[in-house]
Amino acid sequence: MNRFLQSINARELIRPLGQMVVFSLGSAIVLSSIVLTLALGLDQTAVGLALQDKYNVSLYTYTLVNLPQVVIDGLTIGFVYAAIALGYTMVYGVLEFINFAHSEIFAVGAFVGVEILIALDHSGLLRSASLGMSYVLLTFAIISGMVAAGALAVTVERVAYRPLRGASRLVPLISAIGVSFLLQDLIRLVEGLTTGDFNRIFPSFGNFDQRLNFGKLALGETTINLGISIKSIIVIVAAMLMLMGLNYLVNATRIGKAIRAVAQDRPTASLMGINVNRIISITFLVGGLLGGAAGVLYALKFTRIDPFVGFFPGLKAFAAAVLGGIGNLTGALLGGIVLGMLETFAGSYMGVFTMGAAGSEYKDIFAFSILILVLIFRPQGLMGENVGQKA
Amino acid sequence: MSVLSLANVHSHYGHIHALKGISVEVNEGEIVSLIGSNGAGKSTTLRTISGMMHPSAGAITLYGKDISKMEPHAIVLAGLGHVPEGRGIFPKLTVKENLEMGAFTVTDHRLIQERMEYGFSLFPRLKERLSQYGGTLSGGEQQMLAIARGLMLDPGILMLDEPSMGLAPVLVELIFDIIKTLNDKGTTILLVEQNALMALSIAHRGYVLQTGEIVVSDTAENLKKNPLVQKAYLGMD
Repeated sequence: MNRFLQSINARELIRPLGQMVVFSLGSAIVLSSIVLTLALGLDQTAVGLALQDKYNVSLYTYTLVNLPQVVIDGLTIGFVYAAIALGYTMVYGVLEFINFAHSEIFAVGAFVGVEILIALDHSGLLRSASLGMSYVLLTFAIISGMVAAGALAVTVERVAYRPLRGASRLVPLISAIGVSFLLQDLIRLVEGLTTGDFNRIFPSFGNFDQRLNFGKLALGETTINLGISIKSIIVIVAAMLMLMGLNYLVNATRIGKAIRAVAQDRPTASLMGINVNRIISITFLVGGLLGGAAGVLYALKFTRIDPFVGFFPGLKAFAAAVLGGIGNLTGALLGGIVLGMLETFAGSYMGVFTMGAAGSEYKDIFAFSILILVLIFRPQGLMGENVGQKA
Repeated sequence: MSVLSLANVHSHYGHIHALKGISVEVNEGEIVSLIGSNGAGKSTTLRTISGMMHPSAGAITLYGKDISKMEPHAIVLAGLGHVPEGRGIFPKLTVKENLEMGAFTVTDHRLIQERMEYGFSLFPRLKERLSQYGGTLSGGEQQMLAIARGLMLDPGILMLDEPSMGLAPVLVELIFDIIKTLNDKGTTILLVEQNALMALSIAHRGYVLQTGEIVVSDTAENLKKNPLVQKAYLGMD
């Protein structure tokens, strides 16, 4: 019996790993083929010639050379989006409500993590830390960000959403937007009062900024550098571990089963002796933990944060959750990876393909066009089901 | 001994006064039936008892303890099972997971297994459907699952809300046989039914609800002979 249980549990760990690999490879292959086809097609046109003039390289070669880096950057931001999107989707699954304050939960996580590292930096601890120690300190910062964000998410639910349960669906939504503004300004206030500065920089320590090189791939006259920065590896691995943990929690534990039961039928769940309010708190806690970790990882990758840092990643993660099918955990994972990839591909190649007319600053168009297209043509999302009827 | 007692209970849905001071007594070992037409307040009575809505006035006591202000999950733990109207099966949980949910607060695996086996002994069909999603079961199978799930906490009193709804006559017979069996083994039953004849055939006593008030209460035998009941609920002239 014991062995039987273990075999089931192992499956729940391997399955999400498989999904992540499939989603990552799938979106990488699809998007790569699209840009390579485009590059081949445009090579002999004005676009290709302009590039040839400027850098003396053909458009196709340029595209191919940059591809590995673009894929890795896309994956990195994709996993961050997926971790945030899961917070939206879990809360939606249980309460059918979009927690628009989630982007600020993410920002608070980022700030707590970064402030702790800055404090450690001032005390000199970061600079003197050995390599192993710097990983311990980074882990500590991530966990602190998670705890702060998780506690905040639970508090927000208790104070701003629970009293409104039973009100019309618009009411908690407005409350969430209010909480979002409140938290943004609170971060600004606290940072302004304590540091006089609200752009905070992730301190540079450990070996996170280095790149691992796996050698070069010769290609005609140029070569492709195969490498990955350690930061990106940390972000991807940490996000993968968390997503696996979440999947395990939801699919293989007693609490997870209760979360699913509450999501499917709240009144009946309470008749099973399940404390529905506690399960809702746990859902917000888990979403907050993921969001907080994503915040610190985001700060590690992009270095600079400010009180509005949550806004765009939050909105894009929401788009990702809708793309995957809101309420569906696997969908949020898929949506996050696809959106992160798409955005990075667009940001990297749009400038060249449009001869500089539309540069990487327009990459956000893609995330939000996807949101609009999905809402028009497939409102239930890629993996969602029609939620109109309950069996 | 009184297991469950409602004294002058009122309930409101917003401004609608759904229960207008009802008093019900359920004693140990009894099958008590609430009969009445659509909208009479039968389900509201059960929902008020199990804490899904709170009475606006009146007292509800379970085993001598006032439960009128308790939350549903706490009332369940005090020994009251509620098989809700429409069965309330979790459509995306398997039959096994549905049963496990029924025993959510039980941590002893052996006990869970034992009670699951008891459920299978009542409804062997469930065992064949163990890994199927709840939403894919037929109406009858869902009702079986709902009852088996309601027994997972081994409640002293089980409330059943329209167990015959939408079922073929042969399944209705089966479900009512099981209810009788459960009662013979010591479970007290509070049964809400529109199918008054069926309900009174197994009940010891009954209450007739009309627009939120109890108009008649008597033994099942007497109710079957009562002209009002015969006319309104048994289709006799």
